[in-house]
Amino acid sequence: MSTMAVEDVAVAGVDQGFWTRTRKVGAVLLALGLLATVLFGALATGEQARFTLSEDSAGAALEIHGTVGAIGFGLLAVAAGVAMLAGLPKRWFTLVLGVGLVGFVLSFLCWQVSDAPAGQNFMPLVNILRGTFVLALPLIFGALAGVLCERSGVVNVAIEGQLLMGAFSGALFGSLTGNIWVGLVAAAVGGAFISLLLAVFSIRYLVDQVVMGIVLNLLAVGVTGFLYERLMQTNAQKYNSAPRFSNWEIPLLSDIPLLGPALFRGNIFLYLGLLLVLVIHIALFRTRWGLRTRSVGEHPTAADTLGVKVLGLRYRNVLLAGVVAGIGGASYTLALYSFTKNMIGGKGFIALAALIFGRWSPTGALLAALFFGFADQLATYLGAINSVIPNQFLAMLPYLATILAVAGLVGRVRAPAADGKPYIKG
Amino acid sequence: MEPGEIHALLGENGAGKSTLMNVLYGLYQPDEGEILVDGAPLKLRGPSDAIAAGIGMVHQHFMLVPVFTVTENIMLGAEQVRGGIAGFLDRRRARREVAEVSERYNLRVDPDAVIEDLPVGIQQRVEIVKALTRDVDLLILDEPTAVLTPQETEELLTVMRSLKAAGKSIVFITHKLGEVKAIADRITVIRRGKTVGTASPQASRDELAALMVGRSVRLTVEKEPAAPGKPVLEVSGLVVDDDRQIRAVDGIDLTVRAGEVLGVAGVQGNGQTELIEAIMGLRPTLAGTVTLDGQPVHGWSTKKVLRAGVGYVPEDRSVDGLVKEFSVAENLVLDIYDRPPFGKGLALKPDAIARSAKERIEQFDVRTSSADAPVGTLSGGNQQKVIVARELSRPLKLLIAAQPTRGVDVGSIEFIHSQVIRERDAGTAVMVVSSELDEVIGLADRIAVMYRGRIIGIVGPDTPREEIGLLMAGITPDAAPAAATGTTPADGGAAAPAAESPGNEDEA
Repeated sequence: MSTMAVEDVAVAGVDQGFWTRTRKVGAVLLALGLLATVLFGALATGEQARFTLSEDSAGAALEIHGTVGAIGFGLLAVAAGVAMLAGLPKRWFTLVLGVGLVGFVLSFLCWQVSDAPAGQNFMPLVNILRGTFVLALPLIFGALAGVLCERSGVVNVAIEGQLLMGAFSGALFGSLTGNIWVGLVAAAVGGAFISLLLAVFSIRYLVDQVVMGIVLNLLAVGVTGFLYERLMQTNAQKYNSAPRFSNWEIPLLSDIPLLGPALFRGNIFLYLGLLLVLVIHIALFRTRWGLRTRSVGEHPTAADTLGVKVLGLRYRNVLLAGVVAGIGGASYTLALYSFTKNMIGGKGFIALAALIFGRWSPTGALLAALFFGFADQLATYLGAINSVIPNQFLAMLPYLATILAVAGLVGRVRAPAADGKPYIKG
Repeated sequence: MEPGEIHALLGENGAGKSTLMNVLYGLYQPDEGEILVDGAPLKLRGPSDAIAAGIGMVHQHFMLVPVFTVTENIMLGAEQVRGGIAGFLDRRRARREVAEVSERYNLRVDPDAVIEDLPVGIQQRVEIVKALTRDVDLLILDEPTAVLTPQETEELLTVMRSLKAAGKSIVFITHKLGEVKAIADRITVIRRGKTVGTASPQASRDELAALMVGRSVRLTVEKEPAAPGKPVLEVSGLVVDDDRQIRAVDGIDLTVRAGEVLGVAGVQGNGQTELIEAIMGLRPTLAGTVTLDGQPVHGWSTKKVLRAGVGYVPEDRSVDGLVKEFSVAENLVLDIYDRPPFGKGLALKPDAIARSAKERIEQFDVRTSSADAPVGTLSGGNQQKVIVARELSRPLKLLIAAQPTRGVDVGSIEFIHSQVIRERDAGTAVMVVSSELDEVIGLADRIAVMYRGRIIGIVGPDTPREEIGLLMAGITPDAAPAAATGTTPADGGAAAPAAESPGNEDEA
């Protein structure tokens, strides 16, 4: 059994031609870089662009001459593009792509900041960073709920509904009892309730999972909207005044410049979200539960023949996803705002996009969520400095990026093989 | 079952072999009856009970997670964990165990390889190692040789012998008589869910075959020598990608002449599917030409190709060949429903469809309760006959049949083969693609062997099986073998065989 002739014969060289993926991406990057250098360079003014390490214009800052910065960072993107076109080794791909894109973004910012009305030529990085995380937080919880579900083979389109139900029941029970922890638990139960419906109908009754998810989203909007009008609007004092988690400063860490004020003076949800990313990542790839979850999402029949309880595992994971998303919903009502009708406003769907953009991995989803959060925050900032770029344009960016990602430009995106397929024994 | 015995379970497709074994492995629940292990009745509620009772199974379709490594697949379900309730995987220990078992039984596998990168033969080895790490005493192998080259099959038989020497019992399910005779200690033949007899390996092939189908059958296809005419299908320099954008057909040249059968042999997944789909216009061709009667047809729609006189029996009848929910009659006109006499303008003519269905059901011996029965309710063999009937009911220049008898009972195989030969004798060019070497040898006048997207050699049908087997494994003979006779000179000594095959073919 020692020699395998099949392996010895050399594979005929698969000729991809000149335009490999690296080169295609390189060409796009080169074009972006040239655009940045020429256009942003021309539009930038001679003002100093200041990036302050605080919440306002005061304090230490990184300063750069607007035109010089726009052109310099543009050239950085050009260089990255050229390197890719020249035939870069594969392992450098991600790094160089990152450098190129950051160069493009910085070039853009140099133009925008230097072009802002007089006295506003600064960008408070602490604000931007904190805002990015705040806006990304529901996406992080939502995408994690997606990871838990879809890695075990159940498509979770109901993230929106889970978030909304979590936000609502958190607000309602937090208000009724006046106890914030009861609110948090209620939020988790609310999310899990939507999940339970998803699980029963898609696992037990084999209803199409995408259709079921959409129906559940509509159900959540309807139920919470009705109860909001009947209870919360008529007696907000009693039903819609949940206590809120205050910000917890973490000693030492909160003193780190830039990161400290942005990241370590947040509320419990921020810490919990980041912790969950780490925990779920490790659990998924390093534990028995994770191995079984992934096997059930990829090839449930194989898992079944080895004694893994496929349906039980799916039920458990879908419910867990509901708990996570429910807590994500509470990050609105138990920390920031009181409940309003349809307050999630599509974030659940963006979380779904983040899940795909992050290739069904918890850390990938985190990065994708942060990217979406950053684009969102940038749109707000540009609105504040009266930028010539309409902020709707930036608001569009996350979706555009997701379409490109799904189209395979950022590398092969592959869902778990059994995602969305009900498991029928035999 | 005795310890240390290889027990072959022989039966046609659909005879109930796999169902029986799935019950034994706890996947299905028995309606009646019981299983005895060491004299005691055993109740299996699931595969984990079977594993605990020392029963392991290698399924016909491998039960491996393609994106997992070998170790991950083997540890799944029986994970060694550390850290109490958290259950961290102990990969190091699992890898050691894999290495140990593969060492002990001489089953070499790389514990860190990802399954989808491995050839099927190795994947099967992983399956066996997986069963062995669970300390099984009884190993069930369900049609293990269906996907293997003859050489890989030999290796598997060697492994089975060494397992037997180590005291393991093996149930070997197959419908291939040769392998049974080579390895089994005892043979049980199953037909229609019943044991119809036991035999010793000394029984002749004909006896076994007669037991399997309940009557005597011919194992060879009777035919006259071919009288090839002008070339009908000419493929040159064809390049096609598969669904994953990986090159599947890598520069193929071949010619099929009127009145001959070109058999395409090869292990599954060497580009046969993509080749046919490209010819049929189901898959884009990246380079090269396909001509039918001298007219280029690449880039044509499938409908146009069919209308040009090409008959097509697709590889997977349930996916591509039939609409299962439609009736037999409807399936029989799927290709020409819009043509008179079956349709006019927007309307179908149910009477004409029913009449023609009745005729063809009779002519092609389709066993169905009625022409209106959904085709999905028919047995595999009769479903296949519906497809063959449909395709052969048009005047054809070229017939392409992919795996024409896969999952079909012996009686239907015989019938379908005779229909194919009849079509050939009527002057149609025929291309038969099959992973069953016997079928290719039986039907073909010339055999093209595909390996990794190329035609690695074209040989005559009386070439020794071993030689074709070597070609299927990608090994070309160094010297031109004298054995290859027939209509074509052997493509011997060809290091890059695909490049020069058109020249060879034209000599035919």
